[in-house]
Amino acid sequence: MKAKILIRPKDGILDPQGRAVERALPALGFEGVHEVRVGRLVELETDDPGKVDALCEKLLANPLIEDYEVEIDG
Amino acid sequence: MIGVIQFPGSCDERDALAAVRRVGEGRLVWHEETDLAGLDGVVVPGGFSYGDYLRAGAIARFSPAMEAVSRFAAEGGAVLGICNGFQVLCEAGLLPGALLPNEGLRFICRQVGIVAEDFRGPFGSEIGAGKRLSIPIKHMSGRYFAPDDELNRLEANGQVAFRYAAGENPNGSVREIAGVVNESGNVLGLMPHPEHAVDPLTGSDDGLALFRALVRAPQAAAA
Repeated sequence: MKAKILIRPKDGILDPQGRAVERALPALGFEGVHEVRVGRLVELETDDPGKVDALCEKLLANPLIEDYEVEIDG
Repeated sequence: MIGVIQFPGSCDERDALAAVRRVGEGRLVWHEETDLAGLDGVVVPGGFSYGDYLRAGAIARFSPAMEAVSRFAAEGGAVLGICNGFQVLCEAGLLPGALLPNEGLRFICRQVGIVAEDFRGPFGSEIGAGKRLSIPIKHMSGRYFAPDDELNRLEANGQVAFRYAAGENPNGSVREIAGVVNESGNVLGLMPHPEHAVDPLTGSDDGLALFRALVRAPQAAAA
C-alpha cells in the first residue's frame, strides 16, 4: 500500500523557512500571502500500513516539534 | 579512559579526542561498537552523523554505539554531547528538547560567550555557576526548543547548563539556552564546541574544563 505522510512544524514554533518564502513573495508581485509554513512530504510503500504511525513517531517526525498526517491510498 | 564516538559523517571526533588527551586518556569508538566496558566517560562529537539526511541527529540515534551509550548513561556514566552530539542525544531522548534550524537560516561559525548556570551533576560542579566561557559555535541547526512547561521544569530542576551571554544568542534558542543536562546531571549537551577551545593559541582554553569534568566524573560520583 502507498502512504503519504505530511510533516509540518508545530503551531507556535517559528518556521524561518516559511518566513523567508513569505518575505520573498512580494518582490515577485505576489501580495497578500501570509502564514507560510514549510513542511515536507514523505511517500512510501508499505506491507503493513498499521505500522505507519509508529514509524512516524519513531523516525520520520519529531513529535516535540512537528505534527504529521498520514494518508493511506488503498 | 574516555571514548569518543565516531559516526560516518562525524568530523570533530579527532579534535575531541585531542582535547580529552590534554587532561586524560581517550580512544575513538566506532559507531558499530556495542561494548563500552572499560570506559569512564563518553563524548558524542560534532559533525553530520549519517549525513543528517532526515533531521540533525535523527538517524545516528539508532546506531549500535548509541544504544550502548544509552545504557551507559542509564547506569550513571558521564556523557558529553557537542553540537551534532547534542542533537543526537536529544533525538535519542537522553536529553530534553530539540534543536531546530537557526532562526536566520544561515550556518554560523564564530566565538560566543556562554554563562554557566547553577546546574546539577559532575559538569556543573566542575564549572561553577556564573562562570563565563568563550567557546566557538559552528552550526546550522542550533536553535534549542522545548515547550514552556518543560522549560520551567528544567529551570526549576537545575537542568539548564549554559545560556548564551546577554545579547549573544546566535540562533534564536528559547530562553538563550546553549546547553542542558538530563535529570541526574550525568549527560550534558551543548551547541558550542569546547574541543575547539583548548589552547590560548586559538583564542581560548575555556573548553578544557568540560573535558576535565568528564575525566573526573567517576571520582566525583564515587565521592
